[in-house]
Amino acid sequence: MLYIPGNNPAMIQQAGVYGCDAVLLDLEDAVALNQKDAARILVRNMLKTVNFYDTEVCVRVNNFHTPFGLTDLEEIVPLQPDNIRFPKTETVADVKEFMKEVRRIEKEHGIKNPTMTIHVMIETAKGVANVYDIAAADPRIDAITIGGQDLTADMGIIKTPDGVGIDYARKRIVMAGKANDLDVLDTIFADVNDDEGLREETEYIKKIGFAGKALINPRQVDVVHDVFNPTENEVRKAYRVYSEFIKNKKAGIGVFAIDGKMVDAPVVQRAITVLEYAKIDLKEIEKNAG
Amino acid sequence: MTPKFKAQAGTFESSDIMILIEPLEKDSGRKVDISSTVILQFEEDIKKTINQVLDRLQVEGLHLIAKDKGALTQTIEARVETAVKRSLGIQEGTM
Amino acid sequence: MKNAIGVEIPEYIEGLGKLEPFQGVWKSIIEDEVPSTNISRTLKAKKPHVSKLCKNLEEAVKRCKPFDGMTVTCHHHLRGGDGVLMQTIKILDEMGIKDITLASSSLTSAHDGLVSYVEKGMITRIFTSGIRGALGDAISVGKLKYPAIIHSHGGRVRDFLTGRIKPDLSVLAASAADEEGNATGAHGPSAFGSMGYADIDARYSRNVIIVTDNLVEYPCVPCTVRQHFIDYVVKVDSIGDATKIASGTTRITNSPMDLRIARIAATVIEHSGLFKNGMSFQVGAGGASLAVAKFLREDMKRKNIIGSFMIGGVTSYGVDMLNEGLFHSIFDVQSFDAAVSSSVLNNPNHIEISCDQYANPNNCGSMTNKLDVVVLGALEVDVDFNVNVITGSSGEIRGASGGHSDTASGANLTVVVCPAFRGRLPIVKDRVHTVVTPGESVDVIVTERGVCVNPAKPNLAAKLKEAGVQVVDIRDLKEEVEKMTGVPAEKKLGDQIVGLVEYRDGTIIDVIYNVKNLS
Repeated sequence: MLYIPGNNPAMIQQAGVYGCDAVLLDLEDAVALNQKDAARILVRNMLKTVNFYDTEVCVRVNNFHTPFGLTDLEEIVPLQPDNIRFPKTETVADVKEFMKEVRRIEKEHGIKNPTMTIHVMIETAKGVANVYDIAAADPRIDAITIGGQDLTADMGIIKTPDGVGIDYARKRIVMAGKANDLDVLDTIFADVNDDEGLREETEYIKKIGFAGKALINPRQVDVVHDVFNPTENEVRKAYRVYSEFIKNKKAGIGVFAIDGKMVDAPVVQRAITVLEYAKIDLKEIEKNAG
Repeated sequence: MTPKFKAQAGTFESSDIMILIEPLEKDSGRKVDISSTVILQFEEDIKKTINQVLDRLQVEGLHLIAKDKGALTQTIEARVETAVKRSLGIQEGTM
Repeated sequence: MKNAIGVEIPEYIEGLGKLEPFQGVWKSIIEDEVPSTNISRTLKAKKPHVSKLCKNLEEAVKRCKPFDGMTVTCHHHLRGGDGVLMQTIKILDEMGIKDITLASSSLTSAHDGLVSYVEKGMITRIFTSGIRGALGDAISVGKLKYPAIIHSHGGRVRDFLTGRIKPDLSVLAASAADEEGNATGAHGPSAFGSMGYADIDARYSRNVIIVTDNLVEYPCVPCTVRQHFIDYVVKVDSIGDATKIASGTTRITNSPMDLRIARIAATVIEHSGLFKNGMSFQVGAGGASLAVAKFLREDMKRKNIIGSFMIGGVTSYGVDMLNEGLFHSIFDVQSFDAAVSSSVLNNPNHIEISCDQYANPNNCGSMTNKLDVVVLGALEVDVDFNVNVITGSSGEIRGASGGHSDTASGANLTVVVCPAFRGRLPIVKDRVHTVVTPGESVDVIVTERGVCVNPAKPNLAAKLKEAGVQVVDIRDLKEEVEKMTGVPAEKKLGDQIVGLVEYRDGTIIDVIYNVKNLS
C-alpha cells in the first residue's frame, strides 16, 4: 500500500499507475497543520474524478480528537472510497465513536449498502494493549495496521533497523488480526534508497504473518511485490495440491498424499493462500479438476 | 458573498496551481488574472473552471491571481474553493 | 504534392531546390541499387615534410580559403560543452564571409550564440539532426533565411554521399591529436569517447581542420580520424567547457513515473519473443528510455540471457552491462559520459564505429539493420503511431531527430516510451505536430496508462496480452487521457515554412511552419 500526501495533486492524479495493490491518500501526518483544509478538498475532488484502475483506494482521515477529524469524515465518507483509515486507535470506545459518525453520515447521504471498509491503525502502547478488543470492535473493520514511527515515539524508543523495539507489538497485532480474520499490514520503511534493507524487513514481516507493507515511494513497489509474490515453483505446487484436493474431495477423501507427503487441511489452506497471492482464479482450477 | 481577507491556496509545484485572492470594493465584480505553463492550450478552460467555482460559491468583489503549472481541472477547482473559503474566513488555513 | 502520410510537401523551395515526398519506410531504398548520384572524395596533395600545424584556428581557417556561400561542418561529440563551432563561425564572420550553410551533426545549448549570425543573414541554411534552445526559437519564428533541414544521423551520411551536403570546411574537435591530424576522442584531458559522427566529415570535406587542446607526440595512438584526410592541425587552450563535455557517469532517473514506464517496457521486451541469447539492443541516453536498461539488466540476470551487442549513444550504464558480461560487445557511435571514454580506449569489445556503419541507409552493413530491440523516447505520439521528437508543445523546434528514425526502421521491435500526459498536455494525439519517425516503423508505445501495439503487429499484441501486459487501443488511451486533461486548443501557426524534416532516405516526411507566439 503506497502512501500519498493528500495535498500533492501530481502524485494523487498518478496514484493508480504504479502497480501497487492499494494507495493511501493521506490527510493526516503527511499534511501540514495549516494545509489540512486544502488537502481535504483536493482529495475529495480527486476521488470524484481520477481513474485509479484496479488499485484499492484508502483515505486516512485525521484522528477524531483533532479539530480536523470530523470535517474529514463529512467530506470523504459520502464518496465511499474502498476503505477509510482511522489513525491512532487506542480503545474500543474510539472505534464505536468513529463508526457512529461514519454511519450517521452514510445515512444522511442515503447510502444504504455502504461498501467502504475500515482500517484501524495501532500506533500507541495503549492501542497495542487493547488491540484484541479493537480488532473485534466492528464488523466493518477488515484490516489492521501498525504505525511504527508513532509507536516508537510513544514508547520513547528509536526505531532500529532490526525493529526489535516494535517486535512484540508487530506480533501481538498480527495475532489479533488473524484471530478476527483481518488483513494485517506493516509500517513503512523510511529509507527509499535502501532496497536491501527494505527486502530484509519485508521478508521478516511476511514470515511473522503480515499480508502487506506500507510504502512511501513507488520505487519500493517492486521489492515488496517480489517478496510477497510466490515463485513459479510455489505456484505450480499449490496448483497441484489444490486440484488434487478438489478431485479427492469429489471422491469423498479428505486426506491424501502427493509424492509421498501427506496433504491435509492446513496444507490445502496454504496452497489457497499462495494461489490468491498469485491472483489465480480458484474456480478455474475447480472447473479443470472436475 | 465578498471576501474579507487576503488568502491563498495551492503551490508552485508541477500539476498544481497557486491561487491568490484579494478582496475588492463592494460591487466591483471579479478580476481574474491567469498565468500558466499551458496558457496556449488551456487559457479559456482555466478561466472557465475558475469562474464556475466562483459562481457556485457565489462570491463577488475579488481580485483572483492564478499561477498555473499544468493543474488538472479538479485541482484548479479544489484550490479556488480552498482560497475562497479561507478568504471568507469560514475555514482555517494560512496565508 | 502529398507524401505517404498525407503531408503537403512543396515541390521546390528557393535556396534548397527540388524536394521528394516521403513514400514509405523502405519504398526508395532498394537493395543492390543506388538510386542517387554518388560523389567522390576530394583530390588533395601535400609535399613531403611540410607541417600542417597552424598557430591558431584563425590561421587554419584562412588557409582553407573560405568563400561566400560555403558549407561549414562540425560534429557534436562535445555536446553542451562545445566551444569550437562558435569560434569557427566568429572567425568566418570577422573575415566577412556570408551566406553560410551550417551542417553540424547536431546543435545544442552551446550554440545559442548562433542566433545573431542567423539574424544578420551570415548563416542562411542549416542542416542538422537536432536544434534546441534560443536557436530553435529563432528558427521557429522564421529568422533563418531558408528552412532548416532536420535529417537523421544516418540521413546525414547519405546527404554527404549524394552531395546534398557538400562540405567545404570541416572543423573537428579532438581530445588528442598529433601534428599530422591523427585524432581521437578516447583519451586526453577532455576525452569525450567515440568520434563516430566526425568520420564522414573527415573523409568527404574539401578542407579538414583538427582542433585539439592536447597535441601529443606523433603518432597519436590509438586514433579514430586518420592523417591522410586532414589538411591542418591547431592546438588551442580549450575546446570547450570540460564540465559539460564529459560529465561523470549517467545516472538512472529517480522519477517514479519514468521508472514505472521503463518497468512496463522491459516486461514488453521480455515477452516479445526477442528476449533470448544473442539479442541486440539499443536504448536512449536518459529518462524512461535509459531506465529500461536497468530493468532489462535485472531480467537478463534472472533469466540468464546473454545478448550479442548494444549500439548507439553509449552511457556508463551500458558499459557496466558490457563489463558484467550481459552483452558481448558495444558498437559506439557517440559516448555520453566520462566513464565511457576509458572503455572505448581499453576494452577491445567496445568498438568505436562511424555513423556510416551505424545508420546510413545507403550502405550494405548498417548496424541499425541488425538491431533486435530499440527503446526510444517521444515528445508526442499519435493514433497512427507516428512519433515527434523535434517540435515542442507550442510548435517550436526544440529537439533532435538523431538516430530515432534510423533505429526504428531497422529494429525488429521498436518500443517508444512516453508518459500519457506531461503537465496537463496529452502526449497521445490525433496527429503529432511534426512526424520524424513514421508509425509504419513503430511497433509498441508504452505509457504508464497502458501499452499500445501497432495494429500491423497482431501477433505481438496477442503475446503481450497473454503475458498479462495491459494492452490498450491507442484511440481509447487518447480518449482516456483527454478526459483527464481536457482537449488542448489548436496551435496558431503561420504559413511560412521554417523547417523540413528529411527522412533517412532523403525524402521529405514533414514540414514545420512558423509559430506566432512562444509560451
